[in-house]
Amino acid sequence: MNAPLPTPKLNTAGPAIDVQTVRSPGGVEAWLVEEHSLPLIAVDFAFDGGCSRDPADAAGSAYLISGLLDEGAGDLDAEAFQGRMADHAIGLGFDARRDDFHGYLQTLSTHRDTAFDLLGLALNQPRFDADAVARVKAQVVAGLQRQAKNPETLCRNALYASAFPGHAYGRPEKGDIDSVSRLEAPALRSLTPALLDRAGLKIVVVGDITADELAGRLDALFGALPAGAPRQRPAAPLPIQGLGETHVIDLDVPQTVLRFAGPGLMWDDPDFIPASVLNHILGGSAFTSRLFMEVREKRGLAYGVSSSLLPLRESAMLVGGTATRNDRAAESMKVIREEMAKLASDGPTEHEVEEAKRYIIGSYPLRFDTSPKIAGELLSLALRGDTPDFLASRNQRFAAVTLADVRRAAARLFGQPDLLVEAVGRPVGLA
Amino acid sequence: MNNHARQPGLAEPVESFRLGNGLDVVVVSDRRAPVVTHMVWYRNGSADDPAGKSGIAHFLEHLMFKGTQRWPAGEFSKIVAGFGGQENAFTSYDYTAYFQRVPKEHLRAMMDYEADRMTGLSFDESVVGPERDVVLEERRMRVDSDPAAQLGEEFSASLFFHHPYGTPIIGWEHEIERLNRDDAFAYYQRFYTPENAILVVAGDTDAAEVRSLAEDTYGRIAARGAAPVRERPIEPDPRASRRVQLNDPRVQQPSLRRGWLTPTYTSGTAEEVFALELVAEILGGGTTSRLYRRLCAEDELAAGASAYFMGSMVDRAAFQLSVSPRPGVAMATLESGLDAALAAFLADGPSELELARARTRLVAETVFARDNQASLARIFGSALAVGETVADVLAWPQRIEAVPREAVVEAARRYLRPDRSVTGLLLPA
Repeated sequence: MNAPLPTPKLNTAGPAIDVQTVRSPGGVEAWLVEEHSLPLIAVDFAFDGGCSRDPADAAGSAYLISGLLDEGAGDLDAEAFQGRMADHAIGLGFDARRDDFHGYLQTLSTHRDTAFDLLGLALNQPRFDADAVARVKAQVVAGLQRQAKNPETLCRNALYASAFPGHAYGRPEKGDIDSVSRLEAPALRSLTPALLDRAGLKIVVVGDITADELAGRLDALFGALPAGAPRQRPAAPLPIQGLGETHVIDLDVPQTVLRFAGPGLMWDDPDFIPASVLNHILGGSAFTSRLFMEVREKRGLAYGVSSSLLPLRESAMLVGGTATRNDRAAESMKVIREEMAKLASDGPTEHEVEEAKRYIIGSYPLRFDTSPKIAGELLSLALRGDTPDFLASRNQRFAAVTLADVRRAAARLFGQPDLLVEAVGRPVGLA
Repeated sequence: MNNHARQPGLAEPVESFRLGNGLDVVVVSDRRAPVVTHMVWYRNGSADDPAGKSGIAHFLEHLMFKGTQRWPAGEFSKIVAGFGGQENAFTSYDYTAYFQRVPKEHLRAMMDYEADRMTGLSFDESVVGPERDVVLEERRMRVDSDPAAQLGEEFSASLFFHHPYGTPIIGWEHEIERLNRDDAFAYYQRFYTPENAILVVAGDTDAAEVRSLAEDTYGRIAARGAAPVRERPIEPDPRASRRVQLNDPRVQQPSLRRGWLTPTYTSGTAEEVFALELVAEILGGGTTSRLYRRLCAEDELAAGASAYFMGSMVDRAAFQLSVSPRPGVAMATLESGLDAALAAFLADGPSELELARARTRLVAETVFARDNQASLARIFGSALAVGETVADVLAWPQRIEAVPREAVVEAARRYLRPDRSVTGLLLPA
């Protein structure tokens, strides 16, 4: 037998990243991490709202707009705009997410004049030319058709539809084939200013650019966008519907895709950090979680099984899933429920809590080893209302979590055992 | 032997050396974050699976996580998780690789463990059955639940009708079902040797540190004498065009792919392969590419059009195009459009603008890759695993810049011929 490796002391220092707050003459604020060792600049930004601002009868609007802003702007039609990006190897794009409208720019610093010009045009003067709208719409519809019988997509959409009926979260982010087919340029054009308003806008820049230079560029990008009105977060999370129900979508495939949801916690909930430790123990990303051990390692039921906390702006879920043989889907779901129930009644062990904390703290530097990762990490921090100070205190907050904290989180999350379960396939004995 | 090579823009030189037992080592220093990426690559992949034992390389990759005589199953995963590290592995046609990404102070522990499982795997019978079930579930997830993946298997089998690149990496289901402990053990004995492995470390370290740690861990493994030899049949030159078609009620969005066999970087005609990289970028690289402009924008036939080419293979490479129709456009119409666009490209070649754009984008990708230590580790590891060198990787941007227009035209005309092509159609039932 091998002597165990000595347990290293827990280093709770945060990542050594110097975040400057840069303010433009016009009052646009951005966080900047200067990194001049590589000739690259990464910009990440997000407007508050995203897909949740889609009109109820026009699901997919924000997603379609996200595909159109770089398809012609100002004097440049789509071909000219995309050509200029390609000629300078500029990466620029947008993505509509449930609670925000995200954009990014990646460029060699030698091409930053062109890159920032193109971004400014895309944000301020998108054209929505008829041919570009028809082409991108066709791409979105083709993408939806490609996913139409994909078990993972069906299951995910069904979970949101059941959990949030009548709410924007219940509609698929990309819309459906009918809703997207109805979207036309005039409506998209008139929706865009509200999607891109400065209330709640967060901007992060990482790379080969100085604070002075960035301050001088921000107004041309964001300064002329509408001010908008800040939206308040709800005091309590919107409750999840359908708890205790199991729904099956029939699809002729040999494997059942399972997804489940239960109540989660919002970012600012005092138990969010203990709940993160709890989730790591249940179904986090290491090859050591209870679900991984019970479902995959011991029983060979599935290739992957995991769970995660999913805090949204207006609600919060704990979600998880796996994919398993139709004739063993019921067994897989039973094992998952049992592990959650055990955590609720007995809690994790002291050792599990310590190991989870070590993982969560030790893995933090891995999120900061490339410029786009640094930018993305800081942006998500900004979006949930934290400040750069969080980097320094984050690991200490996890280090301070006790077994009692995690048990309390377990009682809150798993104490009420009803889950919403969606299954796609031909599961035997599940519902 | 000690090779230093410097690429403009890489802060530190890339160093490579060989241990006394034959293990190759590459070190890429990136000091920006206190993190290292530690990878071990073995020069064997699914194309080295013995006949009738498809999937054994991938199955063994799974079993490598099932414990050694020193570390019982799951112990090391707990240790890696206790550091906050990430670990995983992947199997390809020509190589199998294992990696951990950890805070830098744990590099030695990773090397200690990875060296241990190069020779000390325990092969406990009790883990073999459940893990084979996991692999079968993985296959059901990746292939049986996805008609496009099923067509992909048939397409590859048509492209390579003799060489094992035509066999799925994960294996055929009926052969996976029969893989057993003895198969895995024999395979492990044959391929998991220091002479067959490449250690790549990227991140907050340097060659002196890696050398010292490597000698103290991997260096203790006894040499076997010689690296194992890949024994593979040679794919004949294709003489006929082939079509495969899969109809499935789950298909709502049809698509078409077309592929051709080509040489590889190590095949002796590397200039053609650099030229083919440019052809792929010109034809299918993004929304300014020839096929996108012609089929998606101008003719309004396609919803998407793209090209894929990977010249870093041991025996043969494949060049692939793929297109999907706009809603309402018949596949036959789209295919005629593709044929015409391709014929025009073969007749006239690229414009100067198309060529310049493709060079710019491909070279810029290598600059962006320098920002990511995990990408750099993969680039160097995969290159060495198929027989390229560190110098080849570093010279890649200059070689791309130097390809003349005539070479691009010639390579396209030589390889992208209708009479050598395989066409795959994914259609509704």
